[in-house]
Amino acid sequence: MIDATLLFEQLFNGLQFGLLLFLLAAGLTLVFGIMDMMNLAHGSLYMLGAYVAAQVTLWTGSFVLGVFLSLPVILFLGIVLEAGVLRPLYARGHLDQVLATFGMILFFNEFVRLVWGPDGIEVPLPEFLQGNVSLFGIPLPNYRLVVIGMGLLVALLIYLLVTKTRTGMLIRAGASNREMVEALGVDINRVFTLVFGLGAALAALAGALAGPILAVTIGMGEHILIQVLVVIVIGGIGSIRGAFVGAMLIGIIDIFGRSFLDTFFKFFLPVNAAETAAPAVASMLIYILMAGVLFFRPQGLFPAKTG
Amino acid sequence: MGNKTQISIVVFVFLGLAIIPLVAQMTDTPFYLDLARRMMILSIGALSLNLIMGYGGLISFGHAAYIGVGAYTVGICAEHDLVSGFIQWPLAIILSGLFAVVFGAISLRTRGVYFIMITLALAQMMYFLGVSLDRYGGDDGLPLIERSSFEPLIDITNNIVLYYLIFFALLFSLFLSKRLVNSRFGMVLQGARSNETRMKAIGFPTFGYQLTAFVIAGMMAGFAGALLANHTDFINPDMMHWTRSGDLIIMVLLGGMGSLAGPVVGALAFLLLEELLSGVTEYWQLIFGPFLILAVLFARGGLLGFFSAKERENG
Repeated sequence: MIDATLLFEQLFNGLQFGLLLFLLAAGLTLVFGIMDMMNLAHGSLYMLGAYVAAQVTLWTGSFVLGVFLSLPVILFLGIVLEAGVLRPLYARGHLDQVLATFGMILFFNEFVRLVWGPDGIEVPLPEFLQGNVSLFGIPLPNYRLVVIGMGLLVALLIYLLVTKTRTGMLIRAGASNREMVEALGVDINRVFTLVFGLGAALAALAGALAGPILAVTIGMGEHILIQVLVVIVIGGIGSIRGAFVGAMLIGIIDIFGRSFLDTFFKFFLPVNAAETAAPAVASMLIYILMAGVLFFRPQGLFPAKTG
Repeated sequence: MGNKTQISIVVFVFLGLAIIPLVAQMTDTPFYLDLARRMMILSIGALSLNLIMGYGGLISFGHAAYIGVGAYTVGICAEHDLVSGFIQWPLAIILSGLFAVVFGAISLRTRGVYFIMITLALAQMMYFLGVSLDRYGGDDGLPLIERSSFEPLIDITNNIVLYYLIFFALLFSLFLSKRLVNSRFGMVLQGARSNETRMKAIGFPTFGYQLTAFVIAGMMAGFAGALLANHTDFINPDMMHWTRSGDLIIMVLLGGMGSLAGPVVGALAFLLLEELLSGVTEYWQLIFGPFLILAVLFARGGLLGFFSAKERENG
């Protein structure tokens, strides 16, 4: 049977995973939404963020320094990539964008393999982040709490940026109708460079924070990228609110599927069949959810495009 | 095609492929036989993708999934002692067609970036399904106990026989593509690629046409998968990994999208390039990645397009 402690613990893990997905989805959904640009290399920025943070942590012994140094490094890299490779691609079709960013993934994966070798890096947690906090008698790992706290803080900052500032207004306007904003005399390319750089920094933050929980390995970027794509599709391309709701949904459903599906299946299936079917279905759950959402709402839950 | 240079390139390629077993035998380099077989199988995969991507304008980033379904059908059948190719192969084609019906119906409700992402996600789902099939090897994959049996007709455990079977399968696929593209059906598909609204306005239910093309492409890829399982004597989830789908897209583009034989040339060039570069350095993707970016930015129309552009210049 499912007990309340486990349920609460997994809800907590789902929340934490969802926030990690949100950090990646926030930047990417705007890139897709504003420029109608298919960027697969977002996962590479996440991976590079994780590696830079891990390397700095190993050099200096300070994890916090690692996290905060990886942000400007990847921000800079993001801006260089945007200006150098991606900008000529906006006018091209999606296919060219897919291919060029696919080429970037191949390059960065191989680059990481060359520099850091084929094995992953283990990132040690500083002492003050180890241990647990007890909440209603349920032990919650400190570090995961920090990740949740950071995630919520960033979500709040993005929300304020997008809804309360002039820049945010331009971002929203760009996502819903780019040509109109340009016609009104706004240099949308500059707004976009900002958005892309910000998205890169957020991806680096996600990567750096994920380091101690998940493994810092070469394939890490693509694996999460596809989950992030599912988040964006469910939420509606270009919508920050959609990205947040989608990320929470996917985070919690994915973790719950992996933890409780076999118990659930045992209600109506023989034990053997349940134990075989559960992991298979659990790994497909978020994609089935995506298909379901799209069947009823092809533009996602919160469509941003209006024209 | 209607282009002399293109036709002569294709004839040259097929003549080359036809004599490879002879050359491999004489020079005692079975490795090339293996490479050429792989090239031809992936050519069929790329040809099928070209039907929907090149002629339909539908960028599917999950085409490797159908190759996987075909390969897994053969592998799973063999695991349960069902080795007759007369049953295995049609089953592989039908099953990949069924998957294509479902996946196509879902993803064709959307367009553009959404379509790319959904086909990608659905294919990745199949990859994870493969990983979680512990009974059939899970992550590690499953060796094919026995190749498909076509008794008493032919014996494909003989590598040369398998080679020529694949060779004729490729010729047939090319022929089929040509017939499809030039048929009324193909015309509607291409019409929807250039202007879907207009096609709808003049009374064509484009969704049905596109879904049909998607299913045909899926079945063809499933067939390539059945061949691939027999070629490698092995199935594993990596066949469905999203980078394999990316490879197929590269092959189509490298050869020239929307040209009939382009994907064949593209698949050959891709595998040759992979072979050459990985011979130069272990980190060959460090070169291939930027090559891809540069090719996208500066060379358009692919290899066949490159040659026909030259011909146009020369008058």
